[in-house]
Amino acid sequence: MTRFGVVLFYTTSAVMRAEKLLGKGGFLIKLIPTPRQFSSDCGIAMRFDWDNRDRVEAALKEAGLESAGVFPLDAG
Amino acid sequence: MIYLDNAATSWPKPPSVIKAMADALEQAGGNPGRSGHRLSIAAARIIYDTREELARFFGVADPSRVIFTANATQAINLALRGILKPGDSVVTSSVEHNSVMRPLRHLAREGVGLSIARCAADGSFFLSQLDSLVSPGVRLVVVTHASNVVGTILPIKAIADIAHRAGALLLVDAAQTAGAVPVNMPEMGIDLLAFAGHKELLGPPGTGGLVIGQGVDVSQIEPLLRGGTGSRSESEEQPVDLPDRYESGTANFPGIAGLGAGLKYLASIGIDQIRDRGKQLSRILFDGLKPLPGVMVYGTGDPERSVPIVSFTVSGKRVSDIGFRLDEEFGLLCRVGLHCAPAAHRTIGSFPEGTVRLSPGVSTTADEAREAVKVIARVVAG
Repeated sequence: MTRFGVVLFYTTSAVMRAEKLLGKGGFLIKLIPTPRQFSSDCGIAMRFDWDNRDRVEAALKEAGLESAGVFPLDAG
Repeated sequence: MIYLDNAATSWPKPPSVIKAMADALEQAGGNPGRSGHRLSIAAARIIYDTREELARFFGVADPSRVIFTANATQAINLALRGILKPGDSVVTSSVEHNSVMRPLRHLAREGVGLSIARCAADGSFFLSQLDSLVSPGVRLVVVTHASNVVGTILPIKAIADIAHRAGALLLVDAAQTAGAVPVNMPEMGIDLLAFAGHKELLGPPGTGGLVIGQGVDVSQIEPLLRGGTGSRSESEEQPVDLPDRYESGTANFPGIAGLGAGLKYLASIGIDQIRDRGKQLSRILFDGLKPLPGVMVYGTGDPERSVPIVSFTVSGKRVSDIGFRLDEEFGLLCRVGLHCAPAAHRTIGSFPEGTVRLSPGVSTTADEAREAVKVIARVVAG
């Protein structure tokens, strides 16, 4: 079963903004080096509990934070 | 010692600024955002937090529109050279610093049309002058928010209205005002704002930036530098995303950490309180110097219309001799000469000799300002 997902962003600045936003929202997140199987859009990606996928995506959308993709971590 | 050269660089810095810089190097020493490990992420967080503080400070909603540069000069060059192409027209004022004048003179040689709105001898800006120079087809209006020689504040909102009526963008050099007077970009109609981190924002030298207003289409602004950003590394083309489009190369994150601490220090006092104190200090210097025999004080003489910068000359004495004596005999530190602003000195009538410039800062006390007047009176007399 998939435990974690990752959100990729286009800039480090966007990752930092997302971390603050979701941290304040009470999500358990961790910044990790972007897994190579995805993309090299930005050196840092945001890991989250895959169960929260819909809520994480909704929070980012509401803040107008554009992601470069959301993926389950065991994929690719 | 009395330090009255804050318009060049503020001193002393709050202890929290120095601590933030040391902490940044010690506890967050990685390359910001490039590597993905904890020290890299910690450095990236510092930069982002300061970006967010600056966006709030200037009234801009999106922190990614705050672009860090090495100083205000680099920010001004980014805006001027990024926007203006041969065949375009630009209008500026006659009290600009060379950070604006030199890039504009260079662009004029490359085919950019340059017009200069003449200001009054006290630095006051004539809106009618600007109105006659800004026609449709002018791409950009660039002005300082306040003269670095006489402190006179320009009417930015009214200048913005004239620029926008003609379809031009407004770039403001806020090197002398950010941290000294309230600066809100949307309220004042500022499209692009260049700031220096090391003056009244209380950060270290090597910090500054360009803030790009929400309505400005960044595809109209070419980057000044291209290179690594830590993003879209698969591509050999410069990314279009903000802030990376304009921030190539490793950022000065210890400096940016210090700037962030400077902003927090200013917030703890409050910008309105800082403005009021600045007016009080200007008043002491204006009123104290004016009656001295042989002393000519430049500018409006009105603290309401200026930032705390007071320029003067003494008949029969060289400004360099005055500056040297003030430092050597009395420990009063100021700046004499042309202040990198020959246009402004021509406007006020002090070219080529220049003036003695006193610029109190956030840590200057009223007693220090009074003491400065006393020692200047002795130098003038002797």
